[in-house]
Amino acid sequence: MADKVLMKGNEALAEAAIMAGCRHYFGYPITPQTEVAAYLAKRMPKVGGTFLQAESEIAAINMVIGVASAGKRVMTSSSSPGISLKSEGLSYLAGCDLPALVVNVQRGGPGLGGIQPSQSDYFHATRGAGHGDFHMLVLAPASVQEMASLVFKGFDLADKYRMTAMILADGTMGQMMEPVSLDMGEVKQYDKSWAVTGTKGARPHNIVNSLSLLPEELEQWNLKRYEKYAEIEKNEVMYDSFMAEDADVIVVSFGVGARVARNAIVEARAKGIKAGLIRPITLWPFPKQALKAAAAHAKAFVSVELSMGQMIEDIELSIRCFRPVLLCRRVGGMIPTPEEVLAKIEEADKTGGNEA
Amino acid sequence: MIVFEKPKALADVKLHYCPGCTHGIVHRLVAEAIDELGIEGRTIGIAPVGCSVFAYNYFNCDMVEAAHGRAPAVATGVKRANPDNIVFTYQGDGDLAAIGTAETVHSAARNENITVIFVNNAIYGMTGGQMAPTTLPGQITQTSPYGRDTATVGYPIKVCELLSNVTGATYLERVAVNNVKNVKAAGAAIKKAFRYQMEGKGFSLIEVLSSCPTNWGLTPDKALEWLEQNMIPYYPLGVYKDRYAEGGAGK
Amino acid sequence: MNVSILISGFGGQGVLFTGKFLAYEGLLENKEVTWLPSYGPEMRGGTASCSVIISDTPIGSPLVPHPDVLIAMNLPSLDRFEDAVVPGGAIFYDSSLIDREVRRTDVRAFGIPATKTASDKGFPTLANMIVMGKMLKELALFPDEAIDHTIAKVVSAKHQNLLELNKQAIQLGYGM
Repeated sequence: MADKVLMKGNEALAEAAIMAGCRHYFGYPITPQTEVAAYLAKRMPKVGGTFLQAESEIAAINMVIGVASAGKRVMTSSSSPGISLKSEGLSYLAGCDLPALVVNVQRGGPGLGGIQPSQSDYFHATRGAGHGDFHMLVLAPASVQEMASLVFKGFDLADKYRMTAMILADGTMGQMMEPVSLDMGEVKQYDKSWAVTGTKGARPHNIVNSLSLLPEELEQWNLKRYEKYAEIEKNEVMYDSFMAEDADVIVVSFGVGARVARNAIVEARAKGIKAGLIRPITLWPFPKQALKAAAAHAKAFVSVELSMGQMIEDIELSIRCFRPVLLCRRVGGMIPTPEEVLAKIEEADKTGGNEA
Repeated sequence: MIVFEKPKALADVKLHYCPGCTHGIVHRLVAEAIDELGIEGRTIGIAPVGCSVFAYNYFNCDMVEAAHGRAPAVATGVKRANPDNIVFTYQGDGDLAAIGTAETVHSAARNENITVIFVNNAIYGMTGGQMAPTTLPGQITQTSPYGRDTATVGYPIKVCELLSNVTGATYLERVAVNNVKNVKAAGAAIKKAFRYQMEGKGFSLIEVLSSCPTNWGLTPDKALEWLEQNMIPYYPLGVYKDRYAEGGAGK
Repeated sequence: MNVSILISGFGGQGVLFTGKFLAYEGLLENKEVTWLPSYGPEMRGGTASCSVIISDTPIGSPLVPHPDVLIAMNLPSLDRFEDAVVPGGAIFYDSSLIDREVRRTDVRAFGIPATKTASDKGFPTLANMIVMGKMLKELALFPDEAIDHTIAKVVSAKHQNLLELNKQAIQLGYGM
């Protein structure tokens, strides 16, 4: 493990962005993701990049739109309240088919909420990141290693599909240190002949735009975008599983929740309960097929969330409500304990298939 | 012999502006500056939300259509991505002086090396004539039907005066397009602003007092008279800041 | 090995650094490790804590609600976390700042006059390393020779002048 270094999640994420060729970062201070900005404020000047602290989250995401329009890799990061402000820009990024990487190190809400870890922006990320019909690629790291590798992957997918990739992390992933390997591999290059770089008198002008007042045309733009989304749902689903193959009870969780759930599953197995974990790494596209397949042998599911129960809807949709799905949740910055998850697993094991 | 032709930087398409609207003049002045400086191939324009929302179809250079008020932030991104590009925004009064106030002030504060063309016609045109941040006291609009009442909605924002206190800003000038003399002066100011950007001198904003016959409820010629009699006294023309004026030396 | 350690004290007592040292030690010994700080305004002058897990197998939750080992650098920390330690666990505390005994009888307790010793030796900010030295000896988590190597890694470049002092402080605790 000599090539591994001990890094905070926020810093590993920032370094991975640089390794992915990102040379432009725009942000605004907010806990618990400020280390990303602090790290890049130091690093960007050394690699000839731009670090700019914007006047607001809104300005920051629009600066991102500017760099993305110019065809370069660009990132912004924030935490929940700041992401709300960026929502306008997220919609424009989608409408303009621009690639960008946006990081949300979530904290408890709504409103100003708190500063402790949360996953209560799940709906925002997977459903309602802004006005209009659109999706973002949503990647949920569950380790410091993934804070780095999913940033690298996110930039690649963003370029490949010309859309926003969001890293949906939580305060734990941002603040935690773990050994991480920064061996990220090659940066793939994609055609960006659509970008605004100046016509040089050699081509018609490029326009980056989300406006069409012709409903027939706007409908086509949307349909085309959803064809792309269908491709992504087919090709880019990522998930991890742990002891899930023969499990009677499938725990579904992401981020820090999945880490806690793993402890509970080990304990459940020690007690003779066949429990397993399916951990979505992409929250959109959601691993629908994997869950549907698991529903064939599992008698019940448990959704472990740091929210009032958001992902549970995707689980129920994925398995077409074929099996009961129990909810194990903590909110407001609280994290479920392994004991709480274990209790739900036991309950699911007892009541599975015969929901009261 | 050709004595008059369309600037090359303007696309050969029909503009959607109302009869008598001065956006056409301002577009032309911007295009002429681009032509004369020979920068079309490396210029990126940022269009606003407002009457000039379709500006991206009218200029032949690469264009980005920004969200309402965010053009200076988008321009910042474009410029930082490729500093060799010449980047301008084209914004109206609602876009620049209401919803985009923060982006305007802070791009000036950073002395972002961009050119802002600010078209001030004292009204929201595209949405049908509502009160703008620059609507004059007493001026009747759809949302100030009894005239702008300063006691309840406050006073117009004087953008050049405001930004003249921003240390970072390099060049601020207010011009008008109500007569030939003023149009020529406006053209010169716009060209100078682009030239400053080419020379790396930083943020410039040219405020162009313009007319909106449709929403003012006036004929085009009466609208220009109204501009002269009402707007120019409230928004005096002239250079509000020029760090590189003779003796200025960039300070 | 699978040991979870909770380190707690005032901001400024080197609590996070102590945790970082242990995490690095684990990394260099090819173990799985996690380090998780408390964060937020409480960091500014209030109580700081961090959790470290060192394990032979992949680590699930990085949270440590029930530590095997507690390092308490002040009384509020001992008050708050004493009962959380697992039975059979260990508590190391700075007896210069904590004027009571550990009440639990089902854990091993080690009071170390760390702040006083550190002040007497002229490095008052290194009480944390003295306590850790004692912990490393009592728990024998790592081979002795690994420790100097780790400290060289963890002490940042701009604090290289503190390297020797850190080593001395650990040795001091080790000898107690």
